[in-house]
Amino acid sequence: MADQSIAGPSGMTRLARGGEDGDRAARARLAIVLLAVMLGAAMLFSLTSGASDASAWAVLRDWVSGAVADGSATDMRTRVIIQDIRLPRVVMGVLVGASLAVSGAVMQGLFRNPLADPGLIGISAGASLGAVAVIVLGATMLAPLVALLGPMALPLAAFVGGLVATLILYRIATRQGRTSVATMLLAGIALAALAMALTGVLVYMADDRQLRDLTFWQLGSLAGATWQKIGTAGPVIVAALAATPFLARGLNALALGEATAGHLGIPVQRLKYVAIISVSAAVGAAVAVSGGIGFVGIVVPHLLRLAIGPDNRYLLPASALFGAAMLLVADAVCRTIVAPAELPIGIITAAVGGPFFLWILLRKRGIVDL
Amino acid sequence: MIEAKEVSVFIGRRRIVADVAFTARPGEVTAIVGPNGSGKTTLLKALSGELPYEGRIAVNGRDLAAMKPAEAASLRAVLPQATSLAFPFTVREIVRLGLLGGRSGALAGESERLPERALAKVDLDGFAGRFYQELSGGEQQRVQLARVLCQVWAPVLEGVPRYLLLDEPVSSLDIRHQLTIMDIARDFARRGGGVVAVLHDLNLTAMYADHIHVMQGGRQAASGAPQEVLVDPLLEKVFGCRLRVGAVPPSGAPFVLPQSAAVS
Repeated sequence: MADQSIAGPSGMTRLARGGEDGDRAARARLAIVLLAVMLGAAMLFSLTSGASDASAWAVLRDWVSGAVADGSATDMRTRVIIQDIRLPRVVMGVLVGASLAVSGAVMQGLFRNPLADPGLIGISAGASLGAVAVIVLGATMLAPLVALLGPMALPLAAFVGGLVATLILYRIATRQGRTSVATMLLAGIALAALAMALTGVLVYMADDRQLRDLTFWQLGSLAGATWQKIGTAGPVIVAALAATPFLARGLNALALGEATAGHLGIPVQRLKYVAIISVSAAVGAAVAVSGGIGFVGIVVPHLLRLAIGPDNRYLLPASALFGAAMLLVADAVCRTIVAPAELPIGIITAAVGGPFFLWILLRKRGIVDL
Repeated sequence: MIEAKEVSVFIGRRRIVADVAFTARPGEVTAIVGPNGSGKTTLLKALSGELPYEGRIAVNGRDLAAMKPAEAASLRAVLPQATSLAFPFTVREIVRLGLLGGRSGALAGESERLPERALAKVDLDGFAGRFYQELSGGEQQRVQLARVLCQVWAPVLEGVPRYLLLDEPVSSLDIRHQLTIMDIARDFARRGGGVVAVLHDLNLTAMYADHIHVMQGGRQAASGAPQEVLVDPLLEKVFGCRLRVGAVPPSGAPFVLPQSAAVS
């Protein structure tokens, strides 16, 4: 999809511009349809591939024909693998991929910086601290919490950690009713350093088994997907994503600067508030259930901006679809490449995302220096 | 009418604009002139609602401070001195942002072609498909003006005059386009809208302004018609250098400038 843009900004084709009239809306709508098809294909691919030979097609056939009721259905083992292991994993992949990619796009629009990422406003660092605290202190200091919440203790601690970090930053950066995104960014770096130092203390205290657990958590994985986790994180993610279409026009105006967005009639402060809250909720919930999956938030919006332009009315839904599809494919690779073992998904996304990020930086130097 | 009374603006602890009274009437081009750092842009930012201020500013009799952004956007459009862009938008996409509030006042069905018409007006026909960042400074400034024009396409909407607030609209333009843009401003005023422009070029100001507001050190140094304001003692006092205002003989009689003499 990004092929025609590899030549760099000055070499962008007429296609990328949307022709002589500079209107890329039709092109963007087509891309959204194609991405929806792509996501459908990725979901099917993800559902049908895996370490076991369980046939998703057989189960799908049963659903369609209603064979479960009359006893002619596929065996129980296959049904359990598809319905209770692969399907929740696919649904969670869609939710997490969409929320990371959309959050990236919203943050980039808000900070007016194509290299911004949800990690910038302290969500990831805060969530990480919460999760590591539960892993390391779960048997001692935080034992009552773990006893109370059971398997939900870790995701909840991560979610709360991310949200608390964001709220602290928001308070620091807001004066007389105006939030300075520049202050928020700088304070985010300071707060992330502090959270990482605390995380470091916990890592230092951890024993060997805990170290292994938290390493896996930090690399991210969809392996723990259950319907219970989807039931908890899903509504938060869906609600946060549902808010983002209302941000699109405001984020477009914000590309001209905060003052001009205000002159165009955008309530800028409310825009910032809603953007920050929905991003931190979506990312907090995503990180809580899947760990630290990097680079989706940067790579996806960037590729799409090259293909369909930066108009957020199209960029946001396209990011949701593409982010979901990309994470499902990455997850399918993780599950099959070293089967029956599994790679953490963060390794795949970072191994592809890292070089891509460098490539963007090298390529962007031309535009930055303009 | 835009009317400001005893307006002061603080940036940090410094008072940049002090107790200024200001009026801009519909049907007129009102120029704000003065030396660098005299508070022209800051005053304009207060009038646009961008900066918090003390005192009272009313647009068409409505208190600016009480207006929601959308309401203010339907009454006035603002051209800033410079606009940096975060993402690679095309020229058409930038100009279309002017239509965001949906109160352009264009006729039904006209709206979709408005960006092209606005671009033609600022002499950028055929630029719609170009990337904004690829344009020269002067071209970018005219793209922004096209966006601003889209926002208040009709100078009067539902019987209510609307305003263009322009901060140095011609600062990076060649002479031909300076005249093009000032003609657009004057035309907007002639059709019933109001124009407030921060200007540096005193000749352009004399040509186009109906009313001149002179700023010095954050205060109003003078306010009036061009022939009242553009006079030698005031200009010398405000700008700190000796200036002589020239005038064409009233009868239209031919005259010769001594600078044109060349002794052979």
